[in-house]
Amino acid sequence: MNSNQPTQHYDVIVIGAGATGAGTARDCAMRGLKVLLVERFDFTAGATGRNHGLLHSGARYAVTDRESAAECISENMILRTIARHCVEDTGGIFVTLPDDDLAYQATFVDACRDAGISAEIIDPAEARRIEPAVNPEIIGAVKVPDGAVDPFRLTTANAIAAQRNGAHIMTYHEVTAINVTGQRVCGVTLRDQRTGALKRIDADLVINAAGIWGHSICRLAGVNVNMFPAKGALLIFGHRVNNIVINRCRKPADADILVPGDTISLIGTTSSRVPYDQVDNMEVTPEEVDILLREGSRIAPALATTRILRAYAGVRPLVAADNDPSGRSISRGIVCLDHAVRDGLESFITITGGKLMTYRLMAEWATDLACRKLGRNAPCRTATTPLPGSDSSDRDAPVSHGKHHIIELPTDHKAAQARHGSMTPDIGLDARNESLVCECEEVSVGEIRYAIRQLHANNLVNLRRRTRLGMGTCQGCLCASRAASILGNELNDRPHALRDLCNFLNERWKGMLPVAWGQTLVEAQFSSWLYQSVCGLEPDILPPSLGHTAETPTHPSLARQSSEASPND
Amino acid sequence: MEYQVKNISRDNFEQCIKCTICTVYCPVLSVNPLYPGPKQAGPDGERYRLKDPEFYDKALKMCLNCKRCEVACPSGVRIGDIIQNARIRYDRHPVSIRDRMLASTDEMGSLATKISPVVNTILRLRPVKAAMHLALGIDSHRTFPSYASRTFEAWMRSDAPDQTLFSRQITYFHGCYVNYNNPALGRDFVTLMNALGYGVRLLDRERCCGVAKIANRLISQARRDAEKNLGAIRKSVADGRPVLGTSSTCIFTMRDEYPHILGLDNADVRDSILLATRFVHQLVDAGHIRLVFRKDWKKRVAYHVPCHMQRMGWAVHSLELLKMIPGLELIPIEPGCCGISGTYGFKKENYSTSQAVGAELFDSIRSADVDLVATDCETCKWQIEMSAGVPVANPVSILAEALDIEATRQANAL
Repeated sequence: MNSNQPTQHYDVIVIGAGATGAGTARDCAMRGLKVLLVERFDFTAGATGRNHGLLHSGARYAVTDRESAAECISENMILRTIARHCVEDTGGIFVTLPDDDLAYQATFVDACRDAGISAEIIDPAEARRIEPAVNPEIIGAVKVPDGAVDPFRLTTANAIAAQRNGAHIMTYHEVTAINVTGQRVCGVTLRDQRTGALKRIDADLVINAAGIWGHSICRLAGVNVNMFPAKGALLIFGHRVNNIVINRCRKPADADILVPGDTISLIGTTSSRVPYDQVDNMEVTPEEVDILLREGSRIAPALATTRILRAYAGVRPLVAADNDPSGRSISRGIVCLDHAVRDGLESFITITGGKLMTYRLMAEWATDLACRKLGRNAPCRTATTPLPGSDSSDRDAPVSHGKHHIIELPTDHKAAQARHGSMTPDIGLDARNESLVCECEEVSVGEIRYAIRQLHANNLVNLRRRTRLGMGTCQGCLCASRAASILGNELNDRPHALRDLCNFLNERWKGMLPVAWGQTLVEAQFSSWLYQSVCGLEPDILPPSLGHTAETPTHPSLARQSSEASPND
Repeated sequence: MEYQVKNISRDNFEQCIKCTICTVYCPVLSVNPLYPGPKQAGPDGERYRLKDPEFYDKALKMCLNCKRCEVACPSGVRIGDIIQNARIRYDRHPVSIRDRMLASTDEMGSLATKISPVVNTILRLRPVKAAMHLALGIDSHRTFPSYASRTFEAWMRSDAPDQTLFSRQITYFHGCYVNYNNPALGRDFVTLMNALGYGVRLLDRERCCGVAKIANRLISQARRDAEKNLGAIRKSVADGRPVLGTSSTCIFTMRDEYPHILGLDNADVRDSILLATRFVHQLVDAGHIRLVFRKDWKKRVAYHVPCHMQRMGWAVHSLELLKMIPGLELIPIEPGCCGISGTYGFKKENYSTSQAVGAELFDSIRSADVDLVATDCETCKWQIEMSAGVPVANPVSILAEALDIEATRQANAL
């Protein structure tokens, strides 16, 4: 629900509500700019929501890309303080397997130290002790300050911070045109995805933070940035196999990072170039599943027998150097383009490349440039100001206690506390709303309502990203209908909720399909029995009164909403 | 290496497809909404506990460990085991004196039988009960089963008929209850087996099966006892003597809790650890032996299925044997847990839950107007006798009483 009505003129419009866009909106707003953040779908709908959720120490890049490594460790330390509620300090190890070259370990440790990353060689026996899931055959291990970061929480916290500093946010609004007067960008035209209505919004400056989709945004502005989509596939295992990030100590390759993220573990990634016209249709292939399983089982043998919940793939926005349109020399670093200098188009900035870990630094670079161009002089404070949820002032605020429970704190309160940090009291959990909606992930009625009312969630996929609804073992089988019911009541739009329920279940199935065997297949079958056979839910047979009302989105672009949904989502 | 041929997880917790059927069969959840229920306490909670042991919920101690959730589960998740293992693994509170006392059935029993008249009198005194309620948390509604003046083992050593005369031999796991409280059941067992041509031996230095110690998290003690029992069982089986018991709980514990909770592999002897009624029924069913009953024995009897009997799927054996008694009129009653669950119902914090769980069963028994309730579990017996006011006997005692011993011996050409 975008309660804040946007005015029609802004200092800055930021396109894209991934981590970078939300971070840029926050930075701009904190420096006193009047900001509008627009997003064609939902927060984190692109690459932000489809990665490892790894709080990189930078060690992975130390040997091949010292600059990225140094950026990572610096941002790693910053996120540990400003985004405490999004970060878990699991620690990480880089392990050498018998068929890896142990000599690489020395190169690796030296490179880490050069980049300022603490890297301590430990005995393989010690590595097995601190992380029993690791392959017992390892011949070497190095400890590094890796961790886990929740990209959904991180992005939402940035968006809330932007909003608290006066920014406006419009989700489900797609940019259909970049408006240009002379050689100057003067605003954008947006299409409301729910109604199809077009809106023209003016701004002094437009920042393109649309990730891989920034390629199209540039085209709309009549400039060309060579982006090369690189697909990365990952698998989600049903529970935590490991409690420490396990990396393979070798030159970066496929499936060599296993991250414990919230209740699950993630193995990834693969890396393959895909054509630009395929970036909205990411499907994980059987070959990719094979690679992930085969290589993943090398670092943690239990992966060969652990239930897999789903598979998903994201797209890295790699940018070719400007003097190399062939794409041979690709940068993995941050790319911040002032199109006035590059293309002679004033008031347009593209911020891309980089990685989740460096989103804040990317935002800082883009905002620095924006301030220079707008003649503002305000320092960046994003590295030292805690994000909402990690505010030191109320970090220890206890969550409310509802019913008398035999334990100190019911587990759903604990789970909510872990997800929302110091914002938890805003949920107002009490006896009336603490019944569980999602049992696998301990999401209560109160938390769902809170997300709908305060966190820009207006469909089930949004709710999943805000709360972990449907991310657990049953993949929405039990909770989807309960959440849809709350959604229908909160929005006073039951037809929307019913259609959304179909979308959500299909979206869950999309991620289960590549790994549909064993209990995951049984689970999917059970879902379809419940919803189709027992309840008669069928998108095509919804009565017209339910299928086509004014409130229900009918625009063709909305058909994509279901496929848009990301698995790691 | 083969990938994903089979999914393996602790106590099969990842086999759960969240169908929630277990929740419907949980006797605690239906009377106590503060209990998270088997699904939440079991496979759901396990994922969170693996993330962070801080998510351990003390409410898990409300679980009866009746395993009815496991019987209901279509996916083979060992829900009860997940909960018991979580209590053992994550509950960091020291085990209280009361729980240690309640769990030490062997130690308490051997002391109490020596001065049983004194102990029995004292434990029935109102002020003593009140003091135990307040000081220890043992509910004053409960009465401890009275202690025998002489143990079953002592009787076997000196007064039992010569068991070496029989060509076929079995080993009897009598359990603490028969030894210290109800030697009569043990004598009935000997009568029955002798009539069928089997000599009865005792297990070499039998220890408590450990069920009460497991329930009260005294795991290292339980494991010590279990290892000794398993050693003796192996010897017995190697000598060609299967190990029979008259307590469904002892037998269940040695068959399933030893590997699943105590981590002791018993696969080599598990099939030779049997309830007496299963052993006898299988012999009768295969035509190897015949039972002949007295004509003058007539009683209305209801059979109560203990939870662990349900888990083993063996109630059919006790029932089929009882049905062979011509004078026994079998009266159907409500199925369901009686609520006591061993030491659980003795704890004052559990008393009301315990009684609420069994309420329907008690009503059903009272209105069935029976002479006797038959059941294979001693703690079910205490609970039903106290709460429904009807005498309860083990099927083995009923069989021994109704059996025409001479005719049976002749029918089996002994």
